[in-house]
Amino acid sequence: MPTTLNAVDAVLVGFGWTGAIMGQQLCDAGLNVVALERGPWRDTSTDFATGFAQDELRYMWRHHLFQNVSDDTLTIRNNVNEEALPMRHLGSFLLGTGVGSGGVHWNGQIWRFLPTDFQTRSHNERRYGKKAVSDYNMTVQDWGTTYDELEPFYDQFDKLCGTTGKAGNLRGRIQPGGNPFEGPRANEYPNPPMIQTYAPTLFGKAAAELGRHPFPHPTGNMSRAYTNPLGAQMGACTYCGFCEKFGCGNYSKASPQTTVLPYLLQKSNFTLKTECEVLRIELTADKKRATGVTYVTSAGEEFFQPAEMVILSAYVLQNVRLLLLSGIGKPYDPKTGEGVVGKNYAYQTMSSVNVFFDDKIINPFIGAGALATVIDDFNGDNFDHGGLGFIGGAYIAGMVTGGRPIEMIYTPQGTPAWGVEWKHAAAKNYLRSFSLSVHGSCMSARGNYLDLDPTYRDIHGRPMLRMTFDFTQNDHKMSDYLTDRAAEVAKAMNPREIKLNRRTGSWSVTPYQTTHNTGGAIMGDNPRNSVVNKYLQVWDVPNVFSMGSGAFPQNAGYNPTGTVAALAYMSADAIKTQYLKTPGPLVRT
Amino acid sequence: MRFSGTVVPLLGVAGLALGQTVALPAHPSTVILPRNLLATPNAGAVDRVDRGRYLAAAGDCLSCHLRQGGEPFAGGLAVNTPFGVIYSANITPDPTTGIGGWTGDQFYHAMHDGKGAHGENLYPAFPYTSFRHVSREDDDAIFEFLKSVPPVNYTPPKNDLHFPFNIRTFLGAWNLLYLDSHGFQADPNQSPQWNRGAYLVNGLGHCGSCHTPKNSMGADKSAQALHGSKVDDWATPDLTSNTRVGVGQWSADDIAEFLATGRNAHSAAGGPMADVITNSTSFMNDGDRQAIAVYLKSQPASPDSPPVAPDAGTMRRGAEIYSDACSSCHLSDGAGQSRIFPPLGKDAMLQQSDPSGVEHLILAGTQIGVSAARPSALTMPSFAWKLTDQEIADVSTYIRNSWGNQASAVPAADVGALRKKLGLQTVRLTENSGDQP
Repeated sequence: MPTTLNAVDAVLVGFGWTGAIMGQQLCDAGLNVVALERGPWRDTSTDFATGFAQDELRYMWRHHLFQNVSDDTLTIRNNVNEEALPMRHLGSFLLGTGVGSGGVHWNGQIWRFLPTDFQTRSHNERRYGKKAVSDYNMTVQDWGTTYDELEPFYDQFDKLCGTTGKAGNLRGRIQPGGNPFEGPRANEYPNPPMIQTYAPTLFGKAAAELGRHPFPHPTGNMSRAYTNPLGAQMGACTYCGFCEKFGCGNYSKASPQTTVLPYLLQKSNFTLKTECEVLRIELTADKKRATGVTYVTSAGEEFFQPAEMVILSAYVLQNVRLLLLSGIGKPYDPKTGEGVVGKNYAYQTMSSVNVFFDDKIINPFIGAGALATVIDDFNGDNFDHGGLGFIGGAYIAGMVTGGRPIEMIYTPQGTPAWGVEWKHAAAKNYLRSFSLSVHGSCMSARGNYLDLDPTYRDIHGRPMLRMTFDFTQNDHKMSDYLTDRAAEVAKAMNPREIKLNRRTGSWSVTPYQTTHNTGGAIMGDNPRNSVVNKYLQVWDVPNVFSMGSGAFPQNAGYNPTGTVAALAYMSADAIKTQYLKTPGPLVRT
Repeated sequence: MRFSGTVVPLLGVAGLALGQTVALPAHPSTVILPRNLLATPNAGAVDRVDRGRYLAAAGDCLSCHLRQGGEPFAGGLAVNTPFGVIYSANITPDPTTGIGGWTGDQFYHAMHDGKGAHGENLYPAFPYTSFRHVSREDDDAIFEFLKSVPPVNYTPPKNDLHFPFNIRTFLGAWNLLYLDSHGFQADPNQSPQWNRGAYLVNGLGHCGSCHTPKNSMGADKSAQALHGSKVDDWATPDLTSNTRVGVGQWSADDIAEFLATGRNAHSAAGGPMADVITNSTSFMNDGDRQAIAVYLKSQPASPDSPPVAPDAGTMRRGAEIYSDACSSCHLSDGAGQSRIFPPLGKDAMLQQSDPSGVEHLILAGTQIGVSAARPSALTMPSFAWKLTDQEIADVSTYIRNSWGNQASAVPAADVGALRKKLGLQTVRLTENSGDQP
């Protein structure tokens, strides 16, 4: 029998970016908030201090900051005809855990989606016809919100993080040096772009020669010291090259630890409990209202935390799983296309091009998570897709996140993977090569979804989440087309040789691609096509809010964190201005 | 740090059936954070409790009367003195273990004369020698405030003092020698601002408790007031206008900003001073912080004799360690990042003749004090696991003699002794680690 605790106004399930944002917003509104984080407490000086943060073996390969898949994992298959098997080693994506979670070991790539990305169905249908959005069993949808609605909340996140960059579109006026394709911004970035090192500079020059529109990647890596509106402080980045998969010892990367926690921990109406894993959301008998959550501590003790609101602020895969385990919403059935929970799971379609020089020393160890020059000419609907046979696109980045010795040694086509030949190639090319990243969209499709596994269970006896996913022909066509565009820029740099790393065949869980899993608790304009409304409020249980990229009806050709944060801020705003006075549905249909 | 206080009855939710909804918030927090007790709830209100709250913050009561994980003002913090360990008292209004049964007169006698409730002598670790300069009116206000905080039933551990300091009557003689005969006396030749600063520095703020050297009896060397001393194995800087080891290079605004946020263009408050920022000076108003600054700026520079320059080999080794271990935050030219990672040049703390401050910093690390305006407790990590005694000594010597700093060389044995005293680990070197001593 779980011990029942004193009721609170809101319980946050998970404490990464969305937990931090909602915690700050709801505490400032006077709510008594408890956050439950399944992983451990993490802080800069104790968990990733400068003296040991740059340890590739410990953090990247031994997964020091990631979820331990021997405690909890999910099962994986490519289609409904296969038997899903548990993912027993992290590969394609690196699941976070602990305070700050993925917000600790991300790269700090802060993007806004394009205005047309929020109208994937209606916009593309209007421009390219019905077939363009329904080919390959695609189930793409509009978001039920717009870029203009989200802009103030994107702006809020930029100010929290001290995002660096150069605006390309200020209130409708195109700015030189920025991304001319982006939606209009109310304000310039809070901080100037990072210093572009040699590789991004070469990329930018070559891209401009081809008539593209290069601009510095927006980053949560600080280009100078910054104090955010909450008073939290960050130092300037040292370009050490250990961002993704690592915590920052220099307080130079925006994270819940650097931007929100110093402020939030001073509040008596905020409590953060670590090593507390939520097992399920408890509902009233009529299933119309959540009464709180049941959680178990790392010592095995169970508690019931009553709450007026339940905010699912864990990672997308955990949020969807908790909805399914708690019996909230109707599970999606790929056979009939009915049901919504688990529907439209999507990912990111990644490819890359390596460039190798004889005459240029790149010094790739001078890097940062989002240190790149980028072109957006072939993203979203920034170009004419007529006759191409796909929708969506990608940004192409000449990027140097680092020159980490195990992961980031590039060798030319045909080099063996080990042995003396590899060693010679590695030594010859380490300083003279870098990679162009092609960061592609992923359109949702009928057969891609999340549900509960019928066979495998976790250490608490709960069914694992089952992921059924493969890239569609739309994604493959898009990725091939974009990889060729990247190759054009690569060749324009006049390297000795290039190597194309296309995304071929079925999705595999083994090689690392990116931790941008989306969908499954998608947003929309009515309960028949979505789990949550545009304020991330669950249609069926209006005192439950589901944060994160689970709300994406399909994934755009950008990193998701900026949009995840903007959606959280918009949700918090609706809660503060409307929900607190009269708790109930925020959108009526 | 936090604890759950008494349960406040839940407003308006009793009797509601499940499924019904209420306007939010509906479940007020019962958590009490120590610092929140010091924040004035309604700005502008000036009743006696509010006044007392402000003065209790200015007097930094919380830093001593709060043990790790304990309740605010319940005491129990071990104060290490050369004469043994003294535990701070419970000054919550609990009638049996705190000061709930005290009268205003008794409180005043404690503050003014160092006498307990029954007339017994208190130990001067409780800085009544400074508090003697606090006015009766201010004492009464502080007492009113302390009576308003949540009572906590808690008895701190017994003191552990050596002979003859364990005999309280012995302190009668001590008081005759070292307790001023009178309270605060304003200097008519100085401005009201300077006098306010003197009142705060020498009275309520008791800066000299940490910053004035002590004699063999633990009393202030009054001729060397604010010349710097040592507390809990941290050298405390000179606060006079000395331009090397004091605050002579700082403007009054620099001092005021440091007191407000624990950081300014030149330095940051770590070690025990971090607590002073967090629990005391960050709650002061700008007027009082400026008054302190004006008073300190008027203090004549302490005598100074430039130390002997260290040998080139030590400096060379120190520079290499600095480049590896320190430069990512403090930068290769020692310039740091103002108000975030302190610049290291012309720094008073680093140049103290007693190097324990820099040794302690490198061995154990420290956090910058926080305030509502600057809540980030930016932290220097511990390097005990990574650097040997010799390496810490060399890099300390290097830092103490670079970018305009001048100070004596640091002996490795000093670092070793402090490492042992602080109970910190030693570096594990392997056969092939390449840096065998």
